[in-house]
Amino acid sequence: MGDVQRIFYFHMGTAWNSFLTFFAVFVAGIAYLITRKSKWDKLGAACAEVGMVFTTIVMVTGSIWAKPIWNTWWAWGDPRLMSVMVLWLMYAAYFILRSSLPEGDKKYKFSAVFGIIAFLDVPIVWMSIRWWRTIHPVVITSSGAELAAEMLHALMVSLIAMTVLCVTLVALRTAQRLNSSLADEVFQQLDQERVSRQ
Amino acid sequence: MSFLFAGYLAVWTIIFLYLVYLARSQKQVNARLQEISDKLRASSDQ
Repeated sequence: MGDVQRIFYFHMGTAWNSFLTFFAVFVAGIAYLITRKSKWDKLGAACAEVGMVFTTIVMVTGSIWAKPIWNTWWAWGDPRLMSVMVLWLMYAAYFILRSSLPEGDKKYKFSAVFGIIAFLDVPIVWMSIRWWRTIHPVVITSSGAELAAEMLHALMVSLIAMTVLCVTLVALRTAQRLNSSLADEVFQQLDQERVSRQ
Repeated sequence: MSFLFAGYLAVWTIIFLYLVYLARSQKQVNARLQEISDKLRASSDQ
């Protein structure tokens, strides 16, 4: 493959983290439905956002790698590529749903349920290269990672670095969403106090 | 080599754009907090 093979380290690192963040959306959705605490909604939304950024990177880097290797930017019939595209579209729909509803329990409840359902595509993405005929390479098999030792070390470094970046971005965005929501609540209280005083 | 460069450029561009988005969101939150702080100050002055 030559130099272009090195795209793999970013591709795999971001793919792993997109799965991780979508799993967190799934867990946060369940936690919200059980506890009804809005912090779980903020965490879920932050994870979905970062997951979408990482999935975008996965699709773009995969496409750039595919051009010299497969001689095409995108293989429309490939199950792995199409299931990833469905995943991206589902989380895009998650944000369309969120933006179409006013703040409150209804929005958080619908988002939680949608986040749980959308996660069901993640195992399909993972298994697509094992269940169906595909031109996508299978790197991790039941007998382990089929990589040379040096490549495996580079992959591990990439995975750790990308996970640290991902957790940092999720923490930042969750804090931002929580602060924004808190500011809105305080703002409303101040307005109510002002009206009651008048 | 040009595909490798394009791949890395795409990764960093997407991450950079998301960081810009985060910075803009943070600015909005800060403006909101400043507004609350001004309101509280004004109400305590009254």
